[in-house]
Amino acid sequence: MKKFDPGEAGSIISVTDKVRPVAIGMPVTSVHFLGDHAAFVGAEESVAMVSGQGEISRVSVHGGGILCAASDGSRIVMGGDDGKLAALDAKGEVTLISTDAKRRWIDNVALHPDGAVAWSAGKTAFVRSGRAEEKSFDVPSTVGGLAFAPKGLRLAVAHYNGVTLWFPNMVATAEVLEWAGSHLGVVFSPDNKFLVTAMHEPALHGWRLADNRHMRMTGYPGRVRSMSWSVGGKALATSGADAVIMWPFASKDGPMGKEPAMLAPLQARVSAVACHPKQDILAAGYSDGTILMVRLHDGAEILVRKNGSEPVSALAWNAKGTLLAFAAEDGDAGLLPL
Amino acid sequence: MPDLTSQKIPVTVLTGYLGAGKTTLLNRILSENHGKKYAVIVNEFGEIGIDNDLIIGADEEVFEMNNGCVCCTVRGDLVRILDGLMKRKGKFDAIIVETTGLADPAPVAQTFFVDEDVQKNARLDAVVTVADAKWLSDRLKDAPEAKNQIAFADVIVLNKTDLVSKPELAEVEARIRAINPYARLHRTERCQVALADVLERGAFDLDRILEIEPEFLDAGDGHDHHDHDHHHGHDHHHDHSHGGLKHYHDEDMQSLSLRTDKPLDPNKFMPWLQNLVAIEGQKILRSKGILAFSDDDERYVFQGVHMMLEGDHQRAWKDGEPRESRLVFIGRELPEQTIRDGFESCITT
Repeated sequence: MKKFDPGEAGSIISVTDKVRPVAIGMPVTSVHFLGDHAAFVGAEESVAMVSGQGEISRVSVHGGGILCAASDGSRIVMGGDDGKLAALDAKGEVTLISTDAKRRWIDNVALHPDGAVAWSAGKTAFVRSGRAEEKSFDVPSTVGGLAFAPKGLRLAVAHYNGVTLWFPNMVATAEVLEWAGSHLGVVFSPDNKFLVTAMHEPALHGWRLADNRHMRMTGYPGRVRSMSWSVGGKALATSGADAVIMWPFASKDGPMGKEPAMLAPLQARVSAVACHPKQDILAAGYSDGTILMVRLHDGAEILVRKNGSEPVSALAWNAKGTLLAFAAEDGDAGLLPL
Repeated sequence: MPDLTSQKIPVTVLTGYLGAGKTTLLNRILSENHGKKYAVIVNEFGEIGIDNDLIIGADEEVFEMNNGCVCCTVRGDLVRILDGLMKRKGKFDAIIVETTGLADPAPVAQTFFVDEDVQKNARLDAVVTVADAKWLSDRLKDAPEAKNQIAFADVIVLNKTDLVSKPELAEVEARIRAINPYARLHRTERCQVALADVLERGAFDLDRILEIEPEFLDAGDGHDHHDHDHHHGHDHHHDHSHGGLKHYHDEDMQSLSLRTDKPLDPNKFMPWLQNLVAIEGQKILRSKGILAFSDDDERYVFQGVHMMLEGDHQRAWKDGEPRESRLVFIGRELPEQTIRDGFESCITT
């Protein structure tokens, strides 16, 4: 049997010539926009802030590894293996938020739109709300992930065998959503109806919060490390497979009984996903360094970055959706204006 | 292709029953002038008297994997810590994981078999067990954890030998050998052992399965290989190995070795081995093998921890090298006859 070769390399639309390359010069684990600046969070110690003109300035944030980072658009809050939680703003100023008394690693961080910040060290989750009072809550095993609900002050704390929903300002006992296994990442759907965790095994688990019905989302060859909601929360884009796996969340049943869409398949594992903030497109980074922009409704692809490098570790759009920032694990980065 | 194994950070697992001297050995490793930097994952922060920002406290959280096999457990905290440590790649040369005195080493080892991200960056180097020469014989009777740690070990540091008489030492060594005849054994006082004998052993490196275990070649019958003296150079009863050494048979933990010089049928052997560890995996702590398959000019090597196996073609058989298959199992209440019969049925006729 003859093999048909579509000659894909020649047929795809490419915008690689529009990318402004940025040499970060250190391993990068995530990127966030602070106003006009793209802030590339390093694996250790510092953040590289890149201005719209492409000037790079390094800001030292931690005295060791940077283990987690979250941004609300006006600041990035980062936890380190130096036991510190620190915030970086658009001016490049660093504010120390908290220091762990036992110098434990700060493993996870989450931000609430009203200014509250949550973080965890070991089995303890902490919340400091806008009024600067600090509260803590212990779960049965090490915290694997944190997420604030979009409404109210409610924190999801992922751990072994489930997720605890904690209301820091209420006396009520925390609610526990149980599911066997280790839960390492957690997100609420933007409409506050669903909660989804990324598990240690290659699977997602979800709960419909109205009735705690379970949703198992399996079939991944690798662990899901990157999740991103499409505009309006209609679908959840995920890494972990050789294509972007999009779970439908538009109906009241979410993905229950439905198949996910598989977009932009390549001979490489998807390592990072970032949905556009205004339009139904997403950016996907792969383990071979490829970056594609993908239109959600028909899967049409545009090449942003060619393959042949370290895995893509960071992807982010600015709030207006006019700029895409990316970086590979080795710090080879770029900005794509649209 | 670059040698990926060598770029992975070696991880030494340090076990040993309460009071055997783990912390003494750890302090030695950290304080000795060897020019290497170690990241150390400990369960008790305070015990280490050395200032090092790469000492990380762990909670020893053992998680079951959701893959339907009950004995498939991993150290969840280790997955997280190794992930975090990799952000500081280049700042250290190797990692040491100290377990609590009552810990089973299996979940630590299994973490390296099942976790893709851990596997990408780190490799299990060896399980090193520190044993107390004075008390081990007693602990082997009353503490299943101590027995597990001996059975699992690649290297055994038999410590506090100055506190026992010669016959007592011979007794405890015989008891160790009854459980695990394959580990390298070092007699020490205050854990004075050359660090090269405990670190960078490559005990889980498929390529080194033979290299590091010369006794593996002579294993012969499963219960008759306590002639360990030749590789640590003690000055008594060399060639006439049985002289003076008591010969114990541990009631519930044994090793079993199999060999044949006839080729194995891969279509029979592989399903048999996979089925064996699936059914008896809870009993089998460690397994290793070098295999000669019919119509195959390459040696196949494998190793396993409980139900987990990994294996690969290693290299071509050399001219004149006997094409023998050799397997070793260490475990609890091993169904010896079933294993022997199953193995026999995989031999091509």
